[in-house]
Amino acid sequence: MQTHEKILLGHGSGGKLMHELIEKVFLKHFNDPVLLAQADSAVMPVVEGRLAFTTDAYVVQPLFFAGGNIGKIAVCGTINDLVAAGAQPLYLSVAFIIEEGLEFSVLEEIVQTMAETARYASVRIVCGDTKVVGRGQCDKLFITTSGIGRVRKEHEDIGSGKHIQPGDHIIISGTLGDHGMAVLAARNQLGFTSDLQSDCAPLNLMIQPLLDAGLPIHFMRDPTRGGFASVLAEIAENKLFGIEIDETMIPVSEPVRGMCEVYGFDPLYIANEGKILLVIPPKATDEVLELLQKSGHGKHAAMIGRIVEDYQGKVVMKTNIGGRRIISMLAGEQLPRIC
Amino acid sequence: MKFINDFRDRELCETLLERIHKEAVREITIMEVCGGHTMALHRFGIPALLPNTITLLSGPGCPVCVTGRGFIDHAIGLSMRDQTMVCTYGDLIRVPGSESTLEKAQADGANVRIVYSPLQCIEMAAQDPETNHVFLGIGFETTAPASAVALQKANELGLKNFFLYSAHKIMPPAMAAIIHEGVKVDAYLCPGHVSTISGTKMYEPLVDQFGVGCVVSGFEPLDLLQSILMLVQQQENKNAAVEIQYTRAVKSQGNVKAQQILNQVFEPCDAWWRGLGILANSGLKPSANYKGFDASVVYGLSTNEPADPTGCRCGDVLKGLLKPTECKLFRKTCTPANPIGACMVSAEGACQSFFRYANS
Repeated sequence: MQTHEKILLGHGSGGKLMHELIEKVFLKHFNDPVLLAQADSAVMPVVEGRLAFTTDAYVVQPLFFAGGNIGKIAVCGTINDLVAAGAQPLYLSVAFIIEEGLEFSVLEEIVQTMAETARYASVRIVCGDTKVVGRGQCDKLFITTSGIGRVRKEHEDIGSGKHIQPGDHIIISGTLGDHGMAVLAARNQLGFTSDLQSDCAPLNLMIQPLLDAGLPIHFMRDPTRGGFASVLAEIAENKLFGIEIDETMIPVSEPVRGMCEVYGFDPLYIANEGKILLVIPPKATDEVLELLQKSGHGKHAAMIGRIVEDYQGKVVMKTNIGGRRIISMLAGEQLPRIC
Repeated sequence: MKFINDFRDRELCETLLERIHKEAVREITIMEVCGGHTMALHRFGIPALLPNTITLLSGPGCPVCVTGRGFIDHAIGLSMRDQTMVCTYGDLIRVPGSESTLEKAQADGANVRIVYSPLQCIEMAAQDPETNHVFLGIGFETTAPASAVALQKANELGLKNFFLYSAHKIMPPAMAAIIHEGVKVDAYLCPGHVSTISGTKMYEPLVDQFGVGCVVSGFEPLDLLQSILMLVQQQENKNAAVEIQYTRAVKSQGNVKAQQILNQVFEPCDAWWRGLGILANSGLKPSANYKGFDASVVYGLSTNEPADPTGCRCGDVLKGLLKPTECKLFRKTCTPANPIGACMVSAEGACQSFFRYANS
């Protein structure tokens, strides 16, 4: 049991208190042998194939929300960035910037979640760093995670999308907007309660069977901030092809749809933390959907559109009443409508 | 969601569209007054499904779009004062003033807070008596009651640090001004949410004096298509009238209780509208009993309105004289990420609507 209830500036000083923090929180939960060696660098064997390397910083308010917390996002987000590059995630580093005064118990719960999530995803947390800053110098807790994964030669172009071509199908692995709306609900500013859960999850267990089966994947991306629509707009931007999607086929849960209607949000632009968008040749659609749907995270996977020769550089959505509208990139944050 | 899905039924939409195509023989120009209608029409891709005889124009019904740069300049000035917090609905923070926006001012250290209701601002004022809290009241009859209730609440609590800076407006003077300006409008798709509060009597002079058809519409595809069909039928039969399509929300007498609160707390005042200038008795300001809460009085804010930026045609867009795509700045220097004019800022603005949803 730690001797302090809250983080003090001294916990970042490099002295006894910092030692206590590392021992009683980080090493207790992050107990990988490489990390336990406490060397200045994690030393691991060179991986076969190609390396994927990614890093991301996580700031979220509140720290806890239905379905997860900042630690779970920090682990899942970096795993999913590797997954989207066609990589098998192997190692993570984690860096914490902690605001003086944060409760020890809060930090420990977050660290524990990170360890559990990494274990569940079979990914090793092998190095880390901690800094403590004074009150007001950060918002409770910021986490940065970096990740290394292995990419097989045949998958090295998945992240670039250079093989996308007209006729390809677009698949989304599940319902859109769950994470963004769960966080909004947790902020408790909108005056409603909701049983909405964030979709925050590591996706390697769902995607690895597709890669192992040798299915042709022309592109993958996890649609986080900016949502699904921004990823589509990015794919089509400055290309000689366009994208056509069908509103009736896009999976959105009833609570998310309802909340979006009330506040004037478009679910296509709401953040996700446990979804992936795939572009694949049509011959692979049935098998990809079947494998995704077998996984718990992919049970609502759906084919929602295709790459087309028309609408060059644009994304067009067939609306559920038979009209058509443009899908463009999100400009700034979505704000609730005034009336 | 069943309630909403029922109003998006594809087969029923197609049936209505067939009838519109069959019955819209004469040319008709319909102005959708409400920004929410503009956005919904484009979001569902309705304009391209209508026959060529129907022209849709966007009107002056986006509260952010009609709000002047002078109001933003004053709001920025307030937010930069010591011990003063400006609370606003989110859309307003990106609207350009003469030189900056509330969003940019916030980055420079100004005290700006986005709220979802003026009552949040009241709560913050009660908890922090050392800081003056100024709520920026924008919007029409739809949002004005919430501001009115906030003033009543502030009065009850005896708050000395809560103020309303009102840019609240009412719709009928703007709808009449559009016609007076000579804009060719045959029919109004009347604002559903405004009418929920105000009722429909206020549209009768438009029918009587100008022969303009008025249908109060909801916001779902079936609502919009049915309303358009009703206006087409009025035009074909030459029987302009006030009709309610949005019967599940709107009664002809409106929300009497909300009207009473508005009348108790506010009094009419002249107000500046982008594109239309100053319209007599088209604004709402705190009445004499609530003068102590009126930020424009307490802080001595003038009503001078600086000119729009060079090349910006938002004023003409709001009057229906110009389509957003016809503005030379559209999609070039003026985008949602870098809006030159207010109509590109708001989620209900015509320019942003065309930018986000229109095919060309």
